[in-house]
Amino acid sequence: MSTSELTTPGLGAGLRDVLRSRFLLKLLVAKELKVRYRGSVLGILWSYVKPGVQFLVFWFALGVFLGMNRNTENYAIYLFSGIVLINFFNEALGNASRSVVGNGGLIKKIYLPRELFPVASVWVSAVHFLPQLLVLLVACLFAGWTPGFFQIVAAVAGFVIVALLATGLGLFFGAANVYFRDSENFVDMLLMIATWASPVLYTWTMVRDGLATAFSTGTASVLLVLYQANPLTIAVELFHFAFWLPTTSEVTDATIAVPPNLLDMWLPIGLATALLVTVLGQWTFRRLEGRFAQEL
Amino acid sequence: MTTAIEVSDISKQFVLRHTRSIKEAFVWLVKGRKGDLSQKFHALEDVSLDIRQGESVALLGLNGSGKSTLLKHISGVMLPDTGTVRTRGRVAGLIEVGAGFHPDLSGRDNVYLNGAILGMTEQQIDDLFDAIVDFSEIGQFIDTEVKFYSSGMYLRLAFSVAVHTNPEVFLVDEILAVGDEPFQKKCIAKIMELAAAGKTLVVVSHDLDLVAKVCERGVILAHGKIVFDGKVDDAVAHLRGGSI
Repeated sequence: MSTSELTTPGLGAGLRDVLRSRFLLKLLVAKELKVRYRGSVLGILWSYVKPGVQFLVFWFALGVFLGMNRNTENYAIYLFSGIVLINFFNEALGNASRSVVGNGGLIKKIYLPRELFPVASVWVSAVHFLPQLLVLLVACLFAGWTPGFFQIVAAVAGFVIVALLATGLGLFFGAANVYFRDSENFVDMLLMIATWASPVLYTWTMVRDGLATAFSTGTASVLLVLYQANPLTIAVELFHFAFWLPTTSEVTDATIAVPPNLLDMWLPIGLATALLVTVLGQWTFRRLEGRFAQEL
Repeated sequence: MTTAIEVSDISKQFVLRHTRSIKEAFVWLVKGRKGDLSQKFHALEDVSLDIRQGESVALLGLNGSGKSTLLKHISGVMLPDTGTVRTRGRVAGLIEVGAGFHPDLSGRDNVYLNGAILGMTEQQIDDLFDAIVDFSEIGQFIDTEVKFYSSGMYLRLAFSVAVHTNPEVFLVDEILAVGDEPFQKKCIAKIMELAAAGKTLVVVSHDLDLVAKVCERGVILAHGKIVFDGKVDDAVAHLRGGSI
């Protein structure tokens, strides 16, 4: 007979349990991918069509109508490299926040590491992010893009920052959503802000100049630092550095095309913030998960 | 014999009415947080229970007596307010057969998904896959999406996965047997086989004749407390006598 020790059921080891149940995570991700586009003719093509149309709308409205094409070289690539990253964040966080309530039927009946659900949501979004990244890469290659070591580091770091941020916030809002369904509406609002609070549609120099005109010098510089400390801003600028900057010519001033000290200062700050958010999200999740079964 | 499940002095309170409106919460705060915002009741009150390895125990009682809540504490789905629950080895349950099934996946995908949810490894599922399909008598329909299954087929496959998970401790809530009569006989035979193989069984059921056949020990719960613990035949007699 078994000689193992007596253990307390229902007390997981948090995200470490997710590592231990990789097989289940793999199956949950495969399930999500299979059922996402069930019964649709275009299937996985929707992962290309939706961002494609979104890109066209922004490109016409901002590039053509508001004149961004004129003052930003290769604005199409600038725009798209930001959009794919923000789309990844929006989808990951939106789905992770709903994942715990959405899998309530299972959580109420069988014990399994519940962190699996938000993590699986982020994972599924990463899979949907790949085809968009592929389109971006092809566009970049046509525009004469040749990646170097720092470009690849920046791209990977940008992706990791967003993935960690979405996981941490997803754990937090996913757990909070069990108690207050306001949580998912709050996240929807947050996602709307996220698109505009990072330099996806405009450039960071516009933020700098705009703040300088609207506020006194001291206030403006504080606000700019706050703006740049947003991990999403850092991640988006890292993507600009990786994909857009190498395609530009001497028309674009490389010293201010992306914020100064992007790689040596903002990158570590972004990673550290994202890591802190993940730890806090996990901590909150563990505090709240004990009562999931009775609250759902 | 070693202990498989050790439940000591656990209590669990449920909130009867959830206040979710800001107005009510605000009024409560302004009034100086007087009284409880919501009523509570004890689903379990100072329950202690030791189950030895290889024992088969029936949890009996009327509706709402706390049987399923106790089972959920043993499986770890719920955590007690006070007291501790400890278990030895892997615990898995036939709690709501098919809870992990997804209607849009094929039977094959669902066997893997549900097996993994119940704690099996990839290797274990690979090895047992044929046995699971054979037992369920699904045959050629295994690659069809389960939403096209009849309800009997659905339950047979789900039961078959659960019964093959091979944990040390088996929790069964209501579903001792599914499907038509021949299949039900097969289910019960399988459960008896597990009990004979030295697995620990904890069964919640209202089918008194059946539990008397499967289990040795009977525990009766009433209003969140254990009121009887002894031989299953005595427990059934006790319950039928209406003396609780």
